Parts: sequence; C-alpha cells; structure tokens
Amino acid sequence: MSQPQPKLAQRAVLAALDDATLAAALRRMHLIRKFEETAEQSYMRGLVHGTMHLSIGQEASAVGAILHLRPDDYILSTHRGHGHCIAKGADVARMLAEFFGKETGYCRGRGGSMHIADLETGNLGANGIVAGGLPIAVGVGMSIRMQKQSRVCMVFFGDGATNEGAFHEALNLASIWTLPIVFLCENNKYGMSMDIAKAMAVPHVADRAASYAMPGVAVDGNDLPVVAAATREAIDRARAGRGPSLVECKTYRLRGHSKSDRNLYRTKEEIEDWRGRDPIARLESELLQHGRLDQATIVSVRDEAQMEIEAALEFAKSSPMPDPSDLTRDVYAA
Amino acid sequence: MPLDEVVHDTGVRQLSYAEAIREALAQAMEADPRVFLFGEDVGVYGGAFGVSGDLVHRFGTDRVIDTPISELGLAGAAVGAALTGMRPVLEIQFSDFVTLAMEQIVNQAAKIRFMFGGKASVPMVVRLPGGSGTGAAAQHSQSLEAWFAHVPGLKVVQPSTPHDAKGLLLAAIDDPNPVLIFEHKLLYKSKGPVPVEMYREPIGKAVIRRSGGDVTIVGASIMTLRALAAAQTLAQESIDAEVIDLRTLRPLDVETIAQSVRKTRRLLIVYEGVKTMGIGAEIAAQVAESDVFHALAAPIARLGGADSPIPYNPALEKATVPQEGDIVATARRLVKEGKP
Repeated sequence: MSQPQPKLAQRAVLAALDDATLAAALRRMHLIRKFEETAEQSYMRGLVHGTMHLSIGQEASAVGAILHLRPDDYILSTHRGHGHCIAKGADVARMLAEFFGKETGYCRGRGGSMHIADLETGNLGANGIVAGGLPIAVGVGMSIRMQKQSRVCMVFFGDGATNEGAFHEALNLASIWTLPIVFLCENNKYGMSMDIAKAMAVPHVADRAASYAMPGVAVDGNDLPVVAAATREAIDRARAGRGPSLVECKTYRLRGHSKSDRNLYRTKEEIEDWRGRDPIARLESELLQHGRLDQATIVSVRDEAQMEIEAALEFAKSSPMPDPSDLTRDVYAA
Repeated sequence: MPLDEVVHDTGVRQLSYAEAIREALAQAMEADPRVFLFGEDVGVYGGAFGVSGDLVHRFGTDRVIDTPISELGLAGAAVGAALTGMRPVLEIQFSDFVTLAMEQIVNQAAKIRFMFGGKASVPMVVRLPGGSGTGAAAQHSQSLEAWFAHVPGLKVVQPSTPHDAKGLLLAAIDDPNPVLIFEHKLLYKSKGPVPVEMYREPIGKAVIRRSGGDVTIVGASIMTLRALAAAQTLAQESIDAEVIDLRTLRPLDVETIAQSVRKTRRLLIVYEGVKTMGIGAEIAAQVAESDVFHALAAPIARLGGADSPIPYNPALEKATVPQEGDIVATARRLVKEGKP
C-alpha cells in the first residue's frame, strides 16, 4: 500500500485562480491548439488557401493575458492572432468558415486568417501589418476616456513590432495621456527569421517601458498562472485610471512563421527544447500535481474542444461561398 | 478681379476659408459630443495656419487636443477612436507630413470596414493643409491628394470656397467613412459668403461654377479659382468657358464632367498635383473611355504640376504649377487651333 502523497504547496499565482477558471482556461487553450491543428491540416489538404500564422506553443500567453479582461474590454490582435480571438470568446465555426473563405465567416470571406474581428466580444481585429494595432489602441484608449467608460484596451504585438516607430509613438502617447491600455508583447524570439537578440539593443522588450515611464515586466509566457497574474496587475492599473503598462510574455512558436517557413534560422534542438515547455502540458501537469483538476476533467475538456472543432469544420465546409457580384459591397459604409 | 471675389454671392455674411472651417468645427463639436479635434499645435497656438484659433478656449483641452509630433501614432489614434464610437478630426499640420502616417490611413482606415466584412466603420476626418505658393519649398508645399484618391475605402475632398470648406467638412464629419480634406494654404485668407447655419455640401458631387459653351475647364481647390479668373479673360476674346469645380476627387463625379464636355466638345483639366499619373490622367481616361469621346472636337488637355519637387525661389515655384495665364493659353489653343 502506497503512502498518500503530501499535498504540495501551490504557487501563489496558481492559488489565485479557482478551479472553474482554470478548467475554462485549459479548455480555451485546447480549443486554440485544436483549431490551429485543424486549420493547418485543412491547408495541407488544399481546403484553405493563402497562408496562416500559427501560434501553436503560445496558448498560455493568449489565454492568460485575456483571462482577467471583462467581456466588454477591447483587444487588438496581430497576424498571429487566432489564440487571442478564441480567448476573447470568438465562435470557432465562424473563424474556420473565414479560413475557408466562406460568406458565413467573420469577415464574409474578405479577410481570411489575418483580419478576423469580432466586435461583439470586444475584438477590434487582427492586423496584417506588424505594429499596426498599436497606434489604434491609443485611439481606443482616448475613446474609452472620452466616453467615461471603465473599459480597458489590451493590444497584442510580437517582438518584431517593437522596432517599428508605431510601437514607440503608441507607448509615448498612451503614457502622456494616462490611457487605459495594456501593451502585451508576445516575444516568441523571432521576427520571421530575425532573432530578437540581433534586432533589439536592449535584452528585454519590457526594458523599453522605462523610456515611457510605465511599468514593464517580462514573464514566462508559457506559464499560464504567471501570465494571468502579471496581466491582472496591468489591467487593474489601467482600469483604475493609473495608465498603461507593458507586459512581455517570453514564448515560442513551435511552427514556422507562416506556411513558407523552412526553419533555416533555428535548430531542431531549440525547437525540441521549447516543445518540452509546451504550455498546455505544463498547465495540465501542474493542475494534476496540486489536485486542482483530475484526469477525468482534463480528458473531458480535451474531448469537448475536439467536438467543438469538428462541428466548426463541418460548418465551414458546408457554408456558402461569397457572391462575386457583391465584391465592392463593403468598401464604403452607406 | 481678385480671386476671392470671383465666386461671391451678395447679401450673405462673409467669412474667410479658415474661419469657415473653424465655424464648422465649432458647430460640429457643439452639436455632437463625439466630435473632437486633435493635432500638432491646434490648442493655444491656434493651429499652424490659425484654423483652430480660439477653439481650445471654447471647448477645452479634452476636445481640442495638442499632440506630440507623432503623425503615425495620431492617425492610428483617429482610427481607434472612430472604430469605438467617436468622431475624430485630425489636423496634419502640413499635408506633406501625411507621408509619416500612410500606414494607418492606407492599410488601416481605408480597409478595416472591407476586411471585417462590413461589420465596422471608421468615421474619421483628416484635415490636410496643402499646396504651393508660400515659399515653403519641397517638403511643405506638395499636393498629394491623388495618392489617396487611388485608395478604395477613402474619400478625398478639396474645397475651393469658404462656403464649401464649411459644408464639406460638416458632411465629412457626418460621413461613416474616412474622409481626407485637402485644404489649400493660399485659400485660408480668401473670403466668401458662408451661411450661419449648419449645412452640408454633398461629398462626391461636382458643381458648375460658370456656364459656357466652348470649352470645359475642370479644376478643384485653388485651380477652380484660377480657372474662373482665366474664363473672365477668355470671355474678352469671345471664348466662353464652362468651369467645373470637382470638390471631391473620390468618389469622382464623372457624370457632371461628361455632360459638360458633350456640350462644349473640349476638355481642359487643371490640377496642382504632379501632372504625371495625376487626377487629370484619370479624368481624361474616363472621358476617353466613354461615348463622350466621339463628341470631342480637340484632344483632351491637361495642365498639372511639373515633374519636379516644389522649388524655393518664387519665380521657379510659380513655374512649377499651373497659373491663370497657362489656363488661358491652353484653353485658347484648344478652341482656336484644336490642339492642347
């Protein structure tokens, strides 16, 4: 007969999250992973054209950062934005329909993977331009302030975006005007093939916050409770009217930049090393270890995500194509 | 005849072009709490060209906002505010500086509605003082409006009179799309009749400023006024010119031009932007592609900016863009000799 294991002390960041929240977060992470795997398979089979930027390996950053946002808070996302979209509550069926170029997609087949927006969940859109969302966040912050709302705007961007002028202009404007913005950098180490260590004069993106007199913190972006805790502080600060913060999530994309990437700029060993830090496996193992979720719950969370994606795929496949005679319908608002 | 008297009505209050814009901004801000003005030095300085004037004292620093020199950030801020329920009016101090903000205007503002499948709109206004004639040289004197007229999703406006400067700005603020208004720096002090009430002039509709039967001269902004002055001179030679003020470059009112050319059978297009690849090329092509082509008694003529940056020396600067004399000479040749 084995001795009962002594219960390990939980980290404070984990203890801060209740079981239901953790189960929901894990479910969202699985939903993102399965969504992207399905999108990738659909691309391989020729069902989806164009390109896509997968965030496989970065799910803790997306879900953790959004965990403490309210439904009416805003997000602005990036070209690698499927995770943000799902974490904020988008319908995966309409997302997948958009990948398939269908009229039922979020953008009626006009936007594709890089331009999904879901205004009903406060998602003001992914962006195909690196750093494109950063200046827009400034205006959203101004708008929140002028309308005397208690909302917060979280803007996601990658490490590559932080060398664009738009990043610096946006952080400066947000800081001088004390706007309710959380600048959320997902530092996945590479801007396409360019190593951030060769591209940036300081070691951490978070260091750049000092120039704009705002808090800057770098965290392990593959550790969901840590990401959630760091962003909670930034969100609370923004909502309390104390201004913007910069949170840097150090993470890694296990897939290439886009579908054309042959991984010539990084080693197999590096990719394998990061695969060992997979944020989903890590969270599951910690939750089991601390008795926060049992194996049965984890299995059912995975199965639910799988079923939702299968239904979404069916919806996407069976949805109608847009009518070319409608091409210019949405160029202008009437 | 002074240019600013060419389009006078009588009996209506006179305002300058700058005052008319200021009045439109004030009335829009009074009527709608969503409207605000921001840009470099628009506050206590009153704007680089004095357009915002005392607005900061009337509406406060929350609605007339001085900004850092940060054009890309500001254009993006206009996009974000417009997306989430506000009606921002951004002043780009000199239209040349819009080059720093191209990304947000061209990739974001113009395309968001379309990319999102029609779910969002971006009701923002960008005011851009442009044009040459002030001795400000190559980086402060350009006419870049055709660049933006090339972009689906944007509207591009070029008012020529104080009346239209007010009416088109109010229409632009109401418009659910991004609208760029290219104001001409030489026109800010020009005076004309401006009704006191809030009125709108339709975006996308040209007007005939002078009726005539011998040649159609199409212009916008200050070129309309030069065309009208030229028409007076031509009238002394018994050449009767019809002058069309485009007012809007996108959407382009080709119908008004086509109808006029069907009557006059001659077309001269005058614009300050660089002639090559400019708005005149588009108008000429659209007329040539239509059945009006068969009515033409002479080739279509264009007068536009030289293939040169705007120089500093006043004589050189004047030589760079069409002047009244150029319009007279070209229209005369079209009518008398049938060639541009």
